[in-house]
Amino acid sequence: MPIVIFRCPAGTQRKVDADIGASLMQAAVAHQVDGIVAECGGNAACGTCHVYVDAQQFGRVGPPNEVEDEMLDFTAAERRPTSRLSCQIEITGALDGLVVDVPEEQV
Amino acid sequence: MTGAPGVVIAGGGQAGFSVASTLRSAGYVGPVTLLAGEPHLPYQRPPLSKKFLTDSGAQVHLVPESFFAGQQIDVCLGEQALAIDLTSRSVTTSTGRRVTYEHLVLATGARNRKLPVPGSDLPGVHSLRSLDDAVKLRSALAAAHNVVVVGGGFIGLELARAALAAGAQVTVVELADRLLARAVSPELEPHLRQRHEHAGVRILTETRVLAIEGADGAQQVVTDRGELSADLVIYGIGIAPRDELAQEAGLAVDDGVIVDAQLRSVTDPQVSAAGDCTRYPHPHAAGLIRLESVQNATESGGLVGRRLAGAPSLPAGVPWFWSDQGDIKLQIAGLRAPTDEVQLLPPDAAGRAAAYAFRDGRLVAVETLNWPAEHLAARRLMDQRVPVSPGDLADTNLAGLARSRRAKAAAP
Repeated sequence: MPIVIFRCPAGTQRKVDADIGASLMQAAVAHQVDGIVAECGGNAACGTCHVYVDAQQFGRVGPPNEVEDEMLDFTAAERRPTSRLSCQIEITGALDGLVVDVPEEQV
Repeated sequence: MTGAPGVVIAGGGQAGFSVASTLRSAGYVGPVTLLAGEPHLPYQRPPLSKKFLTDSGAQVHLVPESFFAGQQIDVCLGEQALAIDLTSRSVTTSTGRRVTYEHLVLATGARNRKLPVPGSDLPGVHSLRSLDDAVKLRSALAAAHNVVVVGGGFIGLELARAALAAGAQVTVVELADRLLARAVSPELEPHLRQRHEHAGVRILTETRVLAIEGADGAQQVVTDRGELSADLVIYGIGIAPRDELAQEAGLAVDDGVIVDAQLRSVTDPQVSAAGDCTRYPHPHAAGLIRLESVQNATESGGLVGRRLAGAPSLPAGVPWFWSDQGDIKLQIAGLRAPTDEVQLLPPDAAGRAAAYAFRDGRLVAVETLNWPAEHLAARRLMDQRVPVSPGDLADTNLAGLARSRRAKAAAP
């Protein structure tokens, strides 16, 4: 099972076992990672599962899709070049060891 | 900590769960008892009328079981609060137990309105509220050929499109002269209706269901415009708050438990309410309001949890709603009144459309089709109480406005 690492604003780090085929958001919610709200349950509707992918690893997840790209302009925390909505990232074996930062605010 | 009465929460839906989890994250250390009522761990309801009906692998639980032990939340599955004694501060439950509380939170949710016609209890007639309902409906859908959906609201239209995706012929019967009469402006509705009809849903408005008939299961729906054959009938004609527990205890109730802005019962400050069952003064509404949404369940539950834990409250966001209906993502930010003036941006080539509602020249609500970015921009601007007039949208949209505000704020 791939492991993904969430770095939380409080400075804590969470290593989480993620199911292949689930979304990064679901992995966070299943392990109660602080700061991933996911109000809409993963429908790319609310913009509250925003993460910053580690800049070195951004190539592994790739750029946002079109709808997500527009939504990222209006997330609560500032957009950065490595911003993604975690509900739109599907966990694959290739993402083992992925590191993402959780922003200060989501809503 | 055992023995001392803590917080007892009646109802294990999204609101009850939000109260319990927020109590702990905000630092409350007393006992927390969640009387879940249903035999399931807290789950999300929105997917039940969407992904869950077509995908048997869809996950709906909010958190794994280990969460409750880890957070020291006593989650009582299948145990429902049946009576409250305000004097002794105790609740009697369906297992015959008496549980005392220091504070009680009513998160009892709502129930579906029954379809008031003969035959509505025949086999093959479904409504959807709970996970158990959804499991039954999922297997009924897999075998259905002719589906009649009674009610052209959020749930009805979501279910209509799920039935269509499952390969059935689908007819929606609506009493009003348009779909989503309560939720969506008359200006936007024709575009939404057109998309549903284009997808293959037959829509009958201004049509009243008189009866459902069949020998040993639903076979036809009788309306004032004729008969429709059906092997599956699903109705979604609105909900009513489950406030009778409060009413029987002597708490003020009027289509919902009446509470103050802090969500405390106006009758007894040791009782609070959260979610669908709650009527309260919302900062983005005039007068008391009862909201039926996940956002409201989560935020109102969070507000109660933080207050009881002694943490400062967070500002309430502008109310928002969404509904995924086949290829339509409908999102609403704000509360529109029938008298508001609506400016329509008709669908573009990509199917994105918006309706902007203004009151006294100021933007109060935005409905969007397939345009999450415009919806999010609307929420950001309304949450920050940025005034937007019809003239501001003459040559841009809210996404454009919000982007230029951000750019200005970032400029030195």
